[in-house]
Amino acid sequence: MRDFALHRPASVADAAAAFATGGEAAYLAGGHTLIPAMKSRLRMPDALIDLSALGLGGIARDGDRLWIGAMTRHADVATGATAIPGLAALANGIGDMQVRNIGTIGGSLANNDPAADYPAAALALNATIETDRGSHNADDFFQGMFSTALAEGEIITRVGFAIPQASAYGKFRHPVSRYAMVGVYVARFAAGWRVAVTGAGPGVFRWHDAESALAAGSDVPALAADDLNSDIHASADYRAHLCGVMLKQAIAHLA
Amino acid sequence: MQISLTINGQNHDVEAPAATLLVEVLRDTLGLTGTHIGCDTSQCGACNVLVDGKAVKSCTLLAAQAQGAAVTTIEGLANGEQLHPMQLAFREAHGLQCGFCTPGMVMAGLEIVRKHGTSLTPELVAHELEGNLCRCTGYINIIKAVVAGAAGMAVLGESQHA
Repeated sequence: MRDFALHRPASVADAAAAFATGGEAAYLAGGHTLIPAMKSRLRMPDALIDLSALGLGGIARDGDRLWIGAMTRHADVATGATAIPGLAALANGIGDMQVRNIGTIGGSLANNDPAADYPAAALALNATIETDRGSHNADDFFQGMFSTALAEGEIITRVGFAIPQASAYGKFRHPVSRYAMVGVYVARFAAGWRVAVTGAGPGVFRWHDAESALAAGSDVPALAADDLNSDIHASADYRAHLCGVMLKQAIAHLA
Repeated sequence: MQISLTINGQNHDVEAPAATLLVEVLRDTLGLTGTHIGCDTSQCGACNVLVDGKAVKSCTLLAAQAQGAAVTTIEGLANGEQLHPMQLAFREAHGLQCGFCTPGMVMAGLEIVRKHGTSLTPELVAHELEGNLCRCTGYINIIKAVVAGAAGMAVLGESQHA
């Protein structure tokens, strides 16, 4: 790993200022995606800005939203997000035990890996992603593979999930990476259903046909494979099939 | 940069580049070679140590991320010649073949006890050991060892030890 300057700011404003001091900078949350990328020299930042001392952890319910600080570790969401059992269960299935002790929700959302778990929950639970510059709705936040609405240097501070009547996540895990080959998060609200799919396409997306079918109580039509991923792990057709299976699994576990 | 760590109860001030990994400080700077580097890609868990009591993969953590933390490695478990109950269980259950993954497995065992207490089922241990690979494929005895080690910790009232 190439060396870099490490900054340890004590406030969000200082972190943003450190990011802007020149050269290629990157924020360090848990680092469980960034550090492997740096070890293989896919990323060679000049400066890392450690976000661990900004006080961005914690989980709190406020009315109909569950707010989770950006630096909250997956293990803490798994035990602390009791207001949304589906979200807690999702967090408990990310990576492995050691990864869950370090990885953060803010890091996962900012990275927007197309096979990551949290983006599906954020989209299905109509999340608000708050930053040091304002806020984003999940429907506008995820913009395809590793791409988000975050501007250069913008810092996620916390995420507010709408608390559903019931929700659940169905995930077909890749047995080695434990990323989602396909993951389907289903949430039922008074106003209707929201269904989000990760792992299957080039980025997380809402499955609108499933949402309207669930609202109407009719059979969910098969997902078209046209825009889904084909790779050495699975064909697009297989992923489309898995989406239907994972949807059924999630509905069977609504809580 | 200067990094201050408490490792197995001893304070260490280490001068190292920011890019230094925790496992590099443990092995190369301090000579604590019980923590192994297996895959170096955060898959295998051979580098598992406890940071403030929680299991982490020290090949994927900057030493600076553990600034001010208490780190426990495999060398910190035994009390002189007296093995920690989790270590003892690995010996008695033959929970190792080549032994390369063993330090990480033992530390993972302590994390499982921290999270779930000392009454463990093989199914739970198998799930929680997902982040630790044994390429001798000795998982059956490893799982037995973790279950027995947890029970041994209960007997000694050491469930808070880790």
